[in-house]
Amino acid sequence: MFESYEFLQHYWWFIISLLGAVLVFLLFVQGGQTLIYSIGKTDNERTMLVNTLGRKWEFTFTTLVTFGGAFFASFPLFYSTSFGGAYWVWMAILFAFIIQAISYEYRTKPDNFLGKRTFEAFLFINGALGTFLLGTAVATFFTGSDFLVDKNNITLITGDVSPVISRWTGPAHGLEAVLNFHNVSLGLAVFFLSRVLGLLYFENTIDQPEIAKRIKKQLLYNAIPFVAFFLTFVIWLLLRDGFAVNPETGEVYMEAYKYFFNLIEMPIVGIMFLLGVVLVLFGIGRSLFSDTCDKAIWPAGAGTVLTVLSLFLIAGYNNTAFYPSTNLSSSLTIFNSSSSPYTLKVMSYVSILVPFVAAYIVYAWRSVNNKKIDQDEMDNESHVY
Amino acid sequence: MIENVDISLVDWSRAQFALTAMYHWMFVPLTLGLAFIMAIMETIYVKTGNPEWKTITKFWMTLFGINFAIGVATGLILEFEFGTNWSNYSWFVGDIFGAPLAIEGIMAFFLESTFIAVMFFGWNKISKKFHLVSTWLVAFGANLSALWILVANGWMQFPTGMKFNPETARNEMENFWEVFLSPVAINKFLHTISSGYVLGSIFVLGISAWFLIRGRHKLLAKRSIIVASVFGLITSLFLVMTGDGSAYEVAQKQPMKLAAMEGLYEGQEGAGLVAVGALTPGKEYNDNKDAFLFKVEIPKMLSLLSYRDADAFVPGVKDIVEGYDYTNKNGVTTNDISAEEKIKKGKIAINALANFRKAKEAGNEAKAKEYRITLEENFQYFGYGYLNDPASIIPNVPLTFYSFHIMVALGFLFIALFAVALVFIYKNNLEKQKWFLWTALFSIPLAYIASQSGWIVAEEGRQPWVIQDILPTVAAVSQIDASSVQITFWLFAAIFTALLIAEIKILIRQIKIGPKDQEGGK
Repeated sequence: MFESYEFLQHYWWFIISLLGAVLVFLLFVQGGQTLIYSIGKTDNERTMLVNTLGRKWEFTFTTLVTFGGAFFASFPLFYSTSFGGAYWVWMAILFAFIIQAISYEYRTKPDNFLGKRTFEAFLFINGALGTFLLGTAVATFFTGSDFLVDKNNITLITGDVSPVISRWTGPAHGLEAVLNFHNVSLGLAVFFLSRVLGLLYFENTIDQPEIAKRIKKQLLYNAIPFVAFFLTFVIWLLLRDGFAVNPETGEVYMEAYKYFFNLIEMPIVGIMFLLGVVLVLFGIGRSLFSDTCDKAIWPAGAGTVLTVLSLFLIAGYNNTAFYPSTNLSSSLTIFNSSSSPYTLKVMSYVSILVPFVAAYIVYAWRSVNNKKIDQDEMDNESHVY
Repeated sequence: MIENVDISLVDWSRAQFALTAMYHWMFVPLTLGLAFIMAIMETIYVKTGNPEWKTITKFWMTLFGINFAIGVATGLILEFEFGTNWSNYSWFVGDIFGAPLAIEGIMAFFLESTFIAVMFFGWNKISKKFHLVSTWLVAFGANLSALWILVANGWMQFPTGMKFNPETARNEMENFWEVFLSPVAINKFLHTISSGYVLGSIFVLGISAWFLIRGRHKLLAKRSIIVASVFGLITSLFLVMTGDGSAYEVAQKQPMKLAAMEGLYEGQEGAGLVAVGALTPGKEYNDNKDAFLFKVEIPKMLSLLSYRDADAFVPGVKDIVEGYDYTNKNGVTTNDISAEEKIKKGKIAINALANFRKAKEAGNEAKAKEYRITLEENFQYFGYGYLNDPASIIPNVPLTFYSFHIMVALGFLFIALFAVALVFIYKNNLEKQKWFLWTALFSIPLAYIASQSGWIVAEEGRQPWVIQDILPTVAAVSQIDASSVQITFWLFAAIFTALLIAEIKILIRQIKIGPKDQEGGK
């Protein structure tokens, strides 16, 4: 099964896409962090909100780290080009995540040096900036960036040009991505989606009537902009020219409606995309129009995974350049940026562990979330954030 | 160094990596060590059913949680910095280096992060046994993650199991098991994790000693000291063994690092090991100054430890730079070519690569084959081609030398510390030994100094290489402005320092609060 190089490259793009999709779902933690003050009006309420998120933040963090590690291992040319080139965007994302990691543990501890409000601000910044920038950065998979890749550079030991293979050509080193509204529309869609999912997660895990009421109100306020920005991004995407690859020569060229055709030409991906969107909308609607439903996170979450997975797949599959450059010949495809067949094969054997990992995560999740958080638990639990 | 790279960019990129690595390493060893100590304590609780052991476990677990969070924060940056600041590196060896990072994520990080939530929040929700298993899995996960990242680091020190592919202009993995089971990687892993166990033991010993000094939580303190001292003594002896294994590998694979560790400029047969010494400031490798202002040596020990032969020849800095050919009295010859010749061969390899790629583009297979052969013949010196000055292969000798000697001296001191603690426990008069309790408390910063020194030896000692002999730092950096890296350096420095202060203040407060009311949450 792992013998064909082409299969391995597709397999690893699938794994990366899946990790990316799961990461976007898990951004409910970030979205929730931006709502602590809108949903929690008293200290006790805010403590409940922080604690229900605090039991899950490490999943998001770990998925982000694994997404990075897997991308490095399977498509190292992307790692070297994007991270080294779009320096400022990635650094901003990393800063947003550093300040999250300690905020839960330190927020209410006495003598915490920076004060409770600072750690809450850290959580907010992580939630707002982390989601928006990740969405914006991923949008460049469709809109392209300004970089050059030339492997011959490594041999430059004299002259004026340094031996660096991948070079960003713009001075903003990635920040220019936020000046493109198509990128920004995905950034904002991810931001509002994460808030929607955060609200659905609160609904699922907190047992407090006042909070439940506020969730319904906020859900509407966040679902509307989410749908608006998501549709803007998707319609624009389906209508725009895409970065296609000639499978014979490896040459990259612009093709009209490329991403739309990708959905049509890969019907399973197309169906996954539609099903994903429907499930997200169903989840939101179910929560909005039913007073008793508290499980809307599951259809909305599954829908998020399916939608994001299919977006990643149309970026990389069907002869498409997943990390395009405005200098077309430098664009990265799953073929020209991947690791060697041997490395992909070794890692593929390791990836067989993934279902096992997923199984123990589900088991552990259930064992900790087997009952909703309430005031009583906050008063009696030994480890409270 | 080649002149087409901004040296200040290389320096700031190195500084940023060193800063993040050293901050990360302030928190990781405690996680590695304390995780096992907690797991042992909880095992005793489950076995005996004595609730006091649960209180003890939970107290240390609170401190563990505070420390763990900041270790996670600093670790994230390190992973991504390979891409952001060492872009060429990421392509040139990503095929080999990326795999352990991905495996670390899949195998270790999820294990750790999933069960840490169960460990902290599961006390009232799951069975005692499942909780105990979760605590052990956290310890196991933390150590498993150390395994993969240290395999990756070991590979940088001793690249093996790969072949350079001129068509893709990168190194590609050929044998995973050679990478994974490389003796450098295994020794590095064992030495590093055991240093974490020792640090964790000293942390528990020191804080427990403070409780005894203050006459508080005596039962907790005494029991914790027993666990920490037994665990600490065993692991500190193991630390010496793995340290010897690591240094032996350095002697075989990185002779320049060994020479710097020992301040050995002129090679010797039957070389002695410097026990204590002060280096002559401003010493150059080729001047006639004595390398030491003074030194106390253990005769023949360096040769014995490095080559398992008391009369073996150990090359010095000067020999490695200028080349050497030495036959000892037993007729055993050791030799190596000079750095200047290696630089020439490196440049031949790099030019052969350029010509190979040109010939390939032009479709001239015969020429391409010729260049490939030239490249393969000289590839072992590829990285030297990016250097111009033979002296640039010498690392910072004083920094490496002093870090190494501080680490070793403290390592032996810690063995004595645990042994003495056990003697006093046996005699049942530990509480009365105020001098010892204070010593134990002040050993905590010493453990951190020893631990950081170890990494300085490992990383400074191998300069200028990112990948030994194959890629120097100058050819590994990203194409960004030095000023951008300066800005992120200071931002990291500021934020990590603020978080470190917060961590220390919170830890101290939690220790003062003690085990009774340790929640602190509200």
